[in-house]
Amino acid sequence: MTMHTLSVLVENKPGVLARVSGLFSRRGFNIDSLAVGETENPDVSRITIVVNAESSPLEQVTKQLNKLVNVLKIVELDPQVSVARELLLVKVRADRSARSQVLETVNLFRARVVDVAPDTLTIEATGTPDKLDALLRDLESFGIKEMVQSGLVAIGRGSRSITAGPALRAA
Amino acid sequence: MTRPTPETLAHTARRARATADPAGTVDPAAAARAAATPAVPAVRTAAPAQVSGAGSLVRSLEALGVDVVFGIPGGAILPAYDPLYDSTVRHILVRHEQGAGHAATGYAQATGKVGVCMATSGPGATNLVTPIADAYMDSVAMVAITGQVARPSIGTDAFQEADIQGITLPITKHNFLVQTAEEIPQVLAEAFHLASTGRPGPVLVDIPKDVLQAATTFSWPPTLDLPGYRPTLHPHGKQIREAARLMAAARRPVLYVGGGVLKAGATDGLRRLAELTGIPVVTTLMALGAFPDSHQQHLGMPGMHGTVAAVYGLQKADLIVALGARFDDRVTGKLDSFAPDAAVVHADIDPAEIGKNRHVDVPIVGDAKHVIDELIAAVTAERSAGRTADLGDWWTQLDDLRNRYPLGYDEPVDGTLSPQYVIKRLGEIVGPDAIFVAGVGQHQMWASQFISYEKPYTWLNSGGLGTMGYAVPAAMGAKVGKPDTVVWAVDGDGCFQMTNQELATCALEGIPVKIAVINNGNLGMVRQWQTLFYNERYSNTELGTHKHRIPDFVKLAEALGCVGLRCESAADVDKTIAAAMEINDAPVVIDFVVGKDAMVWPMVAAGTSNDEIMFARGVRPVFDEDDI
Repeated sequence: MTMHTLSVLVENKPGVLARVSGLFSRRGFNIDSLAVGETENPDVSRITIVVNAESSPLEQVTKQLNKLVNVLKIVELDPQVSVARELLLVKVRADRSARSQVLETVNLFRARVVDVAPDTLTIEATGTPDKLDALLRDLESFGIKEMVQSGLVAIGRGSRSITAGPALRAA
Repeated sequence: MTRPTPETLAHTARRARATADPAGTVDPAAAARAAATPAVPAVRTAAPAQVSGAGSLVRSLEALGVDVVFGIPGGAILPAYDPLYDSTVRHILVRHEQGAGHAATGYAQATGKVGVCMATSGPGATNLVTPIADAYMDSVAMVAITGQVARPSIGTDAFQEADIQGITLPITKHNFLVQTAEEIPQVLAEAFHLASTGRPGPVLVDIPKDVLQAATTFSWPPTLDLPGYRPTLHPHGKQIREAARLMAAARRPVLYVGGGVLKAGATDGLRRLAELTGIPVVTTLMALGAFPDSHQQHLGMPGMHGTVAAVYGLQKADLIVALGARFDDRVTGKLDSFAPDAAVVHADIDPAEIGKNRHVDVPIVGDAKHVIDELIAAVTAERSAGRTADLGDWWTQLDDLRNRYPLGYDEPVDGTLSPQYVIKRLGEIVGPDAIFVAGVGQHQMWASQFISYEKPYTWLNSGGLGTMGYAVPAAMGAKVGKPDTVVWAVDGDGCFQMTNQELATCALEGIPVKIAVINNGNLGMVRQWQTLFYNERYSNTELGTHKHRIPDFVKLAEALGCVGLRCESAADVDKTIAAAMEINDAPVVIDFVVGKDAMVWPMVAAGTSNDEIMFARGVRPVFDEDDI
């Protein structure tokens, strides 16, 4: 099984996310991560879905997604030619004795401290899932009290852009 | 199904003059807009008028050419029933919302128009779930309109509140929760467009009560806004040429015809294509009538209870040309052993069907009518270039199988009436102009096997979902849509007890359907599986309709305002059918009391390979492998 990143442009209407996520579950696909937000066109939202699937079932789910009336366009982003990022917020145990070591890790990963408490630091980091995994592995030794991660967002490299123009329906 | 016929357009135009457009004028600019894609299925305009949301709904239905709505009023939908009272739209008051839904389906399948059903919020809407799912599986153009609790109450668990939009997400082509009265005409026009174009399917429109009550302006036609909906109608020329090349070269080709051919109105083209190429034809359960049963090239129905020749034909084919079919498990049997040597050309309007179950060599996305017309041209070009294959050996094998393994049945040894005989005689006496509507089970399979379907749209059944109880309300809908056609439901005693209350509707509304209850006293198909796979342990399949005569179907029919007849012997079959044929002013129910041990053959047991087809219990057909 391979991870695939789908960028799905949808009409910005109530219930569209439920249509998309419901389709994945009833066709037996697990969504690894999902992020949704408005695009440069406020009538259009962009859903970034990471799904773990073989290519032939992926083609089927893509075709089924394309049948949703509110779906405008679907593009699979090739990791080689796209930029992908997740956001991580993590609360790490860091009393006076450990704090400088934690900060060293934070700097090493070009992360940021966004909140300080007597015995914890809250760290914000963005990056590829691999980078964030590495950061977390490093922080684990201090003790992770709480963490939250966003879904992956991704965009193609270069000057070409994905817009909701005349879309490919019959892929 | 996607194209309005001249009759429907004329009907729409008449209605337009009769209702909101007294001058009968048609704004050419608006007509041009309507003709452009996406097309509004209406041919007239209406100047802005002040109405309620409910008024806007009813005016929209009129503008869309709707002539009948099946439904039941209730609290949330009540505002819509007030303007409906004065409308030219006929409302047929059913006895259960499930009946409204199946009636809309029967109407749509018989006429090619959009079937419309209406219900109130909560239980009214949830009672539509089964027929909506049924229409979804069989790609039926249906619009379901439901009332919803008022907007401020949504999400509060209000009385008769159900999230029907959420509930029907997986079983509709699309659905709407209307937010304002202003958008009603547009949503209705979009719903009808979605339901009837591309791959047809059910569309639900949920309208909150306060939206129905709000003051608004109605004007027509609205502009459709469906940027993500662009069905591909015209196939790719290169794919068509590649398909034609394979068809000209194949030695053992089969045309595998599904319901899409009926939906596209492509049956004339199919016959031309078949006769041009000489290729054998199989028609699925959803496609019976798309190609005449009596045609020499017709091998019959493939699948679990298909003919030996049709099953074998697909299984041994070197080329399968699938037209509007979807390689359903009931057709393919165990998928990985299905037609192992066949190259596959798969034409469907729904790209997601192509390659879903079976690897496809030549995918063709398009409307079956366009696909077939273009295939005819491409095959003709192949032939004029001298490229044709000799199908003589193939036909010799298939003819041999047809002769050795025709559809048939044994008379019951216990002297009971044979259900197959009843159904066979019904088909012979009633003839090919009638519409036959079946429920689900043994009687459905026998009706598919022993009645000869010569014309399109004369066979309606619940194929994909397998909905018991479909027949009576669907027959009602078909009869409403085709009042001059004789409509027979062939139902089982199990199915009949699920939805027979709609006979009261038929009796009161003047819908003289005829129902042949094939009463074997049991849930027959389930019993057949118990016989074959559960050591004859008949757990909960006996219904008591024989042993206790509860209910007595003759008395039940009479209580519902119908004529009730009973037939218990082969000698009485013809005259009982003849007696029912004489009655045209009331629905008729015949209780055919038949033996319980008859089984449906041939059979490919669920989950097994089509190679394992059984011609009868313990009888495997002998295939001469050396011939291939």
